Amino acid sequence: MSSLIFPAVLSGLMMGAVYALVALGLTLIYGVLHIINFAHGSLLMLALYAVYFLWYHLGIDPYLAIPIVLPAFFALGYALQRGLIAPMSSGSEQNVLLITLAISMIIDNLALYFWTSNTRTADIAYAYDTVEILGAFLPLGRVIAFCAAIAVAPLLWCFMAYTKTGSAIRAVAIEKRGAELVGIDVNHTYAICFGIGTACVALAACLLLPTFYITPQVGYTFVLVAFTTVVLGGMGSLPGALIAGLLLGVIESLCGLFLGESLGQIGIFLAFILILLFKPSGLLGRAR
Amino acid sequence: MKSQSIGQLALAAAAVAYLIGVYFASSPVWMGFTINALIIAVVAMSWNITGGFGGLSSFGHAALYGTGAYASAILQVKYGVNAWVGFAAGILAGAAMGAFIGALAFRYGLRGSYFALVTLAFAEVLRICASSFEFTGGGSGLQLKLAPGLANLQFADRTVVYTALLVVVAVVMILTALIKYSRFGAYLIAVRENEDAARALGIDTYRIKVQAMAISGAFGGLAGVLYLQLWLFIDSTVVYGSAISVEALIGPIIGGAGTVWGPLLGTLGLHLLGEGAKHLLPNAPGLNFVLYAVVLICALRFLPQGLVGLAGKFGAFTKKKEAEDA
Amino acid sequence: MLEVRNLSKSFGGLKAVTDASLDVQEGSIVGLLGPNGAGKTTCFTMIAGFTKADEGSVRFKGQDITGLPPHRICALGMIRTFQIVQPFAGLTVQENIAVGAYLHHHNRNEAMSVARDVGKRLGMGAMLDRPASSLTIAGRKRLELARALATGSKLLLLDEVMAGLIPSEITEIVGIIRQIRDEGHTFLMIEHVMQAVMSLAETAYVLNQGKMIAHGPPRELVRDPSVVEAYLGHGAAARLQEENHA
Ligand SMILES: Nc1ncnc2c1ncn2[C@@H]1O[C@H](COP(=O)(O)OP(=O)(O)OP(=O)(O)O)[C@@H](O)[C@H]1O
Ligand SMILES: [Mg+2]
Repeated sequence: MSSLIFPAVLSGLMMGAVYALVALGLTLIYGVLHIINFAHGSLLMLALYAVYFLWYHLGIDPYLAIPIVLPAFFALGYALQRGLIAPMSSGSEQNVLLITLAISMIIDNLALYFWTSNTRTADIAYAYDTVEILGAFLPLGRVIAFCAAIAVAPLLWCFMAYTKTGSAIRAVAIEKRGAELVGIDVNHTYAICFGIGTACVALAACLLLPTFYITPQVGYTFVLVAFTTVVLGGMGSLPGALIAGLLLGVIESLCGLFLGESLGQIGIFLAFILILLFKPSGLLGRAR
Repeated sequence: MKSQSIGQLALAAAAVAYLIGVYFASSPVWMGFTINALIIAVVAMSWNITGGFGGLSSFGHAALYGTGAYASAILQVKYGVNAWVGFAAGILAGAAMGAFIGALAFRYGLRGSYFALVTLAFAEVLRICASSFEFTGGGSGLQLKLAPGLANLQFADRTVVYTALLVVVAVVMILTALIKYSRFGAYLIAVRENEDAARALGIDTYRIKVQAMAISGAFGGLAGVLYLQLWLFIDSTVVYGSAISVEALIGPIIGGAGTVWGPLLGTLGLHLLGEGAKHLLPNAPGLNFVLYAVVLICALRFLPQGLVGLAGKFGAFTKKKEAEDA
Repeated sequence: MLEVRNLSKSFGGLKAVTDASLDVQEGSIVGLLGPNGAGKTTCFTMIAGFTKADEGSVRFKGQDITGLPPHRICALGMIRTFQIVQPFAGLTVQENIAVGAYLHHHNRNEAMSVARDVGKRLGMGAMLDRPASSLTIAGRKRLELARALATGSKLLLLDEVMAGLIPSEITEIVGIIRQIRDEGHTFLMIEHVMQAVMSLAETAYVLNQGKMIAHGPPRELVRDPSVVEAYLGHGAAARLQEENHA
């Protein structure tokens, strides 16, 4: 058994990096807009289908689809926040949660209608080439996903720290009124943020597709993991999301190893409940 | 106190007329469809206790519904317990699960989105457990033996099932009304409106919230047992799945959260809409949920008090009464 | 009736209240004065059980109530109001008051009729069916008082119930408070309106930067140099003296 633990930890880390990437988008949105985006997982599912169809119909390699899907999903996120969530929610936290829930219901069920519940996979042969790391064999696709996802967190951090848009976002996050007074367009900034969060999901989709399956329900699995990651990392904390994502990937992998495949995710949800109860501010978050 | 308005009375009358009309409908499809809607309406009434009166929006009411259904099914299938005992046990199990989730969540002061997420996670944990353990029938679920008869709480005749459900719905609504106009209800509403003020006025807000979760759990468990007795089969996706949690909150919000009639009106309205869509566009599973979602978004924006609130604007009695008082 | 001993509370590094003690005799009206940020509201939240004191004890009717939750303290007969009014916005005025009345009247009709009586006594008879959200600030302050009174509590901690009112409204509420006291209630009130404190309170305590700096009859307190300095800044008392002499 112990010989299995190390590979399980490694493969958990690989998956965890993707969780982290998905959660980065969610935590960014939470940190600035203070809303929990329930549709995040559904947007991931949508992005997975987009990448899949680009590959299936046009033969575009998932990694090469990044420059197409990323801007498209940024635009989609921007439009959703600006055109739907903001105007329909009347500013109430609960309404936002319900509207994003409604959005996810619409996306999920339309996907079910158009694409049926069949499971699809992209057969990208090289993604399953194995790479040996410290004696463990891992699929190339997962390793690429790990590296790319890990690289995004510092990039995002630099964006927030060193660009004008980044400082506008931080200003709005800290003090909305004040930002408004110094001439920052708050609604635009909110929408940009939502766009970036959605773009993270699109990137995750490009990285996931080569070694993952798609069904219209796949978003639901991810959204709960992403919530857990965000809460564990501390709502709104980018480094927190990264660490928590990796940690949860490992927890899931180990639970799967010891409790059996179907119970793998239970570790995540139990972790979620325990964190919410005992340390809702998360590992790196500020107190509520 | 606000009086009923003509609009609200008309809305309630329309619902009652529809429910009676089902007896005379030419096609049995209507009754079957309404039976399903009524079971969901009971879950909606369960959500309404916490979400409507208490302002504690749960996103995981399937946890209560499923627990009721599973408790009764396990007792009947594995221990050969009588269906009526299973019925009572399901209600109690739902109440216990509600109290348990509430006790944990409120002990640590969760509210708003945090409460929504923790309830969702509980439902999900229960779903995975139910689908993994042999005890709960695992992935293949649990099946009751077909044995129609009053003693087994199984009825071959749809009309009897329908009538029994109408009675249950009426009882739950009467209980809701009693709660609303009781001290407990006033306290629960006070907690929703302003928890700090409620505490200052001597209300043990923690206890009130946990009690509300227990009552909600009892109603939710009841709905789960009704489902079980009707279909004689449950599995983890059907009773612990997120669809139930979504339906539980959507009906009351559209019908009018924190009102006695709202959950029934909202659920019936939505199901009629979904059924209509099904006739226009057959072979489109899930289309009803797309419609529900669109209606939900519109309701949040344009009907903050739901259908009942909207109807209340027509022909209100209150104005006249004030004039008489003056 | 109320004995507060050596209460202390700090928020992070900020010492909001240090070693504050005070006594309230049954049937009296006691003022709690002090400049903004002195720690008056923090004292109330500790006495009423809303926040735990770092140190110190509170005794009410001879019983140690330190650390009890607010609802237990309220059941014993002490209640606080909020400086920033906290109405149940979606309910009518009468329903708001009834929430208080439910504490000792479990039946809805009884609670509603108690609420009606209390509302009428406080001059809110005409507003009973109005939603609380439609009240003016004066109405909301009065509603705070009415709800507290409806619980049947004997000791009422009032946090600036007169702030933001016009003089005629103040005169009215001073009369109401005096009348309630004569019916057997006791008050500890935070108040900035000196005219009201002077006419109502037999004694008053002055809090400055978290410390009790003086107590005594209000008329004497306003001449106390340390009190004047607390309000007007260092050296103010001396300047006032000079101006008076000049
Ligand atoms: N929950 C809290 N967290 C941190 N600091 C607090 C908190 N509550 C009060 N304070 C600080 O404690 C100090 C005392 O506040 P408090 O509200 O008791 O003053 P006050 O005498 O009631 O003033 P005012 O007349 O303005 O109402 C202030 O500096 C305030 O900023
Ligand atoms: Mg104050």
